[in-house]
Amino acid sequence: MEFAELIKTPRVDGVVLHRPFMPIVEGTLCLTGHHLILSSRQDNTEELWLLHSNIDSIEKRFVGSLGSIILKCKDLKVIQLDITGMEECLNIASSIEALSTLDSLSLMYPFFYRPMFEVIEDGWNSFRPEDIFKDLESMTDEWRLSRVNRDFSVCPSYPPMVAVPKDVDDDALRKVATFRHSGRFPVLSYYHKKNGMVMMRAGQPLTGTNGRRCKEDEKLINATLRPGKRGYIIDTRTIGVAQQAKARGGGFESEANYPQWRRIHKAVERSNILQESLIKLVEACNDRSHSIDRWLSKLEASSWQTHVKEILTTACLAAQCIDREGASVLVHGTEGTDSTLQVTSLAQIILDPACRTIRGFQGLVEREWLQAGHPFQQRCAQSAYSNSKLRQEAPVFLLFLDCVWQILRQFPCSFEFKESFLVLLFEHAYASQFGTFLGNSTSERVKLSLPEKTVSLWSWVNRPQEIERLTNPLYEANSLVIWPSVAPQSLLLWEGVFLRWNRSSKCLEEAYEEMVHIIEYNKELQNKVNSLRRQLAQLETEDPLLQTP
Amino acid sequence: MEHIRTPKVENVRLLDRSSGQRKAGIGTLYLSATHTIFVENNPETRKETWVLHSMVSSVERPPTIPAGSQLLLRCKDFRIFQILIPQERDCLDVYTSLVRLSRPEKYSELYCLSFNPSMNKEEREESWTFIDLMADYKRMGVPNNLWVTTEANSEYRVCDTYPSELFVPRSATPAIIVGSSRFRSRGRFPALSYFHQDTLAAVCRCSQPLSGFSGRCQEDEMMLQAVMKSNPGSDYIYVVDTRPKLNAMANRAAGKGYENEDHYTNIKLHFIGIENIHVMRSSQQKIVEVGEMRSPSMTDFLWGLENSGWLKHIKAILDAGVFISRAVADEGVSVLVHCSDGWDRTAQACAVASILLDPFYRTIKGLMVLIERDWVSFGHKFSHRYAHLDGDPKEVSPVVDQFLECVWQLSEQFPCAFEFNERFLIAIHTHVYSCHFGNFLGNCQKERRDMRLRERTHSVWPQLWKDRAQYINPLYKAELSQTQGVLRPNTTPYCFKMWKGLYNHVQKSTAPRQSPSDFLSAVREQSQQLEEALTNHQEVPAGGTAHQTNHMQPPAETLWA
Repeated sequence: MEFAELIKTPRVDGVVLHRPFMPIVEGTLCLTGHHLILSSRQDNTEELWLLHSNIDSIEKRFVGSLGSIILKCKDLKVIQLDITGMEECLNIASSIEALSTLDSLSLMYPFFYRPMFEVIEDGWNSFRPEDIFKDLESMTDEWRLSRVNRDFSVCPSYPPMVAVPKDVDDDALRKVATFRHSGRFPVLSYYHKKNGMVMMRAGQPLTGTNGRRCKEDEKLINATLRPGKRGYIIDTRTIGVAQQAKARGGGFESEANYPQWRRIHKAVERSNILQESLIKLVEACNDRSHSIDRWLSKLEASSWQTHVKEILTTACLAAQCIDREGASVLVHGTEGTDSTLQVTSLAQIILDPACRTIRGFQGLVEREWLQAGHPFQQRCAQSAYSNSKLRQEAPVFLLFLDCVWQILRQFPCSFEFKESFLVLLFEHAYASQFGTFLGNSTSERVKLSLPEKTVSLWSWVNRPQEIERLTNPLYEANSLVIWPSVAPQSLLLWEGVFLRWNRSSKCLEEAYEEMVHIIEYNKELQNKVNSLRRQLAQLETEDPLLQTP
Repeated sequence: MEHIRTPKVENVRLLDRSSGQRKAGIGTLYLSATHTIFVENNPETRKETWVLHSMVSSVERPPTIPAGSQLLLRCKDFRIFQILIPQERDCLDVYTSLVRLSRPEKYSELYCLSFNPSMNKEEREESWTFIDLMADYKRMGVPNNLWVTTEANSEYRVCDTYPSELFVPRSATPAIIVGSSRFRSRGRFPALSYFHQDTLAAVCRCSQPLSGFSGRCQEDEMMLQAVMKSNPGSDYIYVVDTRPKLNAMANRAAGKGYENEDHYTNIKLHFIGIENIHVMRSSQQKIVEVGEMRSPSMTDFLWGLENSGWLKHIKAILDAGVFISRAVADEGVSVLVHCSDGWDRTAQACAVASILLDPFYRTIKGLMVLIERDWVSFGHKFSHRYAHLDGDPKEVSPVVDQFLECVWQLSEQFPCAFEFNERFLIAIHTHVYSCHFGNFLGNCQKERRDMRLRERTHSVWPQLWKDRAQYINPLYKAELSQTQGVLRPNTTPYCFKMWKGLYNHVQKSTAPRQSPSDFLSAVREQSQQLEEALTNHQEVPAGGTAHQTNHMQPPAETLWA
């Protein structure tokens, strides 16, 4: 298919663009296969380059022959284009509509994008499982890297290589896979160096109503326990939901068959409910009414903050079991691709200082989200403004980022990156020129040849100038476990995402610059003092008369 | 002292609930004339907790438990102390003593009248001249050909709750002032609060007119006309009635009310809708409970926040300030602000407007001046509102708390605009209640003069100024855009947050949180040391007495470690 077929009008002059907190721009609108571009003839106005895939919904309005197109984007920005002439306006609108809802992955922009920067390190190779495993090997010999899934036949959503207990062979893994949802047998998620405890994740066991069991499954997860120790299974569903799952062939680990494990049920919400929550929250944030009561009651009704609290609470629980109780943990919900990953990845942020660095956090996203098979393509297909019928959309990853932001806000000096890195990941998960978040699993990414045909987001991020932009000036490496407060009084609305387009950030930016200035000045002075001290020391050694008595 | 039934109890357990303390310390409890003092037995720390009697808002006796009898001390700064005393008898004695001690009946019982720092008479007198209101009027350019001082209220003859020195429009004759004051509640006639040099518009304040349904007063009408005439740039003034319109109308039945636009030429009436002190009192009670909730759900919390109405009231006060500052700075129109008596909501609205209009009031010294002017000198009833003495509980209301919170909310939106940090606001809050210093005693200037407080007590301002290092906002920088000129805050509902620093001590301190502000202050302090070190190094002539510089301690590089 040619994009040209979809573009009814490629170019219109005299279009007026309204953007939040930016001056109005008048200029020429051009539609390309992947972008909507508005450029003005005036020199110093910023051009607009908007990816069609970033557009969540389109609204048209007419006053006489003046048409307005309101574009609501997946990053929650809303812009308006005023176009004179009804036909032109309708043509543009229907072209954008078609271009922004392309179904075929191979038509996506990342396949057409050529980097304008020098790739120093290919991000597609930055976080290979075998490299990650080398780190583990340096700490323990109790685990091995299994290639049982090398052709994705045992578990389609797993990567070709996963870490499993050393004593469990591939045959056993194949059997366990048949006993777990979507073949997601228990694999290693995190090894806590301090006490050798581990966190594993999996899909729910397929016990069904008649209590099916699987000896290999029991053996596998028991193999992770130290002699005489008990472990915790954290089921992200309530006991009621877990019971109901039995009727559909799912279920949970019974105490009788897993006597060394204590099961804890938590209530982390799932897909549809989360998507509705996001829609309500964004609607509340855009409500221009001036009543505090209305705002607070809408915020409450969206339940977004409740979800943040639930997820963080469950992650803290997992981290506590490992660090405080000295117990190993297995986390699962139903599929093990959503709430499970929120919990395992946040627990690592809490426990492992390495995850709080820029590179470490990329590694975490890569390991616990991309390679762990979070279906980004399905979950991030639509955002808060979409009118189309929901399929499998859910802001699972956005909630994870929100939770990270909450911890970052409570420990502003413990993260190497700043808020803008989280915002960047949110944007790219929903619309991007990079191939990183395309597809739902490693197998899909391999099938699409993404590593060969597209550029990785990490290639862009890991350039010195970008790293510098994302670096938190307050960062001081902190090797401790950081326990966030999950009290509602401590959890705030993530303004950097949800109010980003509703308020001016000028004063906050000014404050940030001032902060950077204070720190830079300090470093500069330190360098000067140190160099003077060195000179002095040198003078003293050269001139014995000056030596201190 | 007569009220202390038992001065000392041993083996007491004390839990500072608001600091997030989980385990009670064991120690000895002492009652002095002014403080409850708890000294921990732990020989290593011997940690001491001092609670001023005047900071105690209530003493409760929860049911006795096997380990002993309990006491619950709630403080006016929202700290809560849980005390466990082994013997019921001792507990009862402590309880009875504290109930009495925390409700002084006479000013002479208050701490500031016995507080005697090592300071001689001259120093004490000097402490009272630290804040000079007249100098501030001069700074804003008055007196001038528009605003002049008046002798009308010397010896508090016209209005006993007003200061003796006041500024009024040049064309307001003594007859107009006296006439107008007779037509205003408690004689509080229109007087200058703030003069805006850039536009020549002014913020004036007064109390409600005694208009009833049809009353009018020629002098009062002339007074408002005079206010208008003192602003050459505008041919009308705004009269901002900070009350909800319904309340203002209801007041007419009692012979009070608001200005009838038919009688006053060239005024535009504007109602803001700040609720009265009774609504605010119960609202604060609710927000305090929200802050104290233990492991609430998100729904409980948000519902509690909404139900308290607290942020709604804060927004109303800020909206009033925004309206006034816009009128003055953007439209160049003078504003006359009143409520009922003109000492609560009026003080809030005028003070917030000044903060928005003038960068000086966003400095440490400037905020002191502002509180002295719009609150202390204009007769805000501190002793009644903050229950300094045992009195009518219906007079108590968190009026100044709300003003301080408005400033805090603004500082969240404009992180570089204020020279001070949240700690400064909380310190002022504490001193308003504590009666440690004489500044906030009494209900008006006349009372304070009659009590000869300047001779018998000390002023808090020099003390706060001395400690200013801990109150500095590291991000404050005079040249930044938000530091200069008029602040134009966003008052959309989502901009208002619960002030955790005041209402939620617990969560603030459960873990050693990192505060960017403290971190930056430390960095700045280190930079100063480095600057000194640098000057010292550079002053050393080449080949000179270099070894002396070795005595310089290297600055704490551990900051970055």
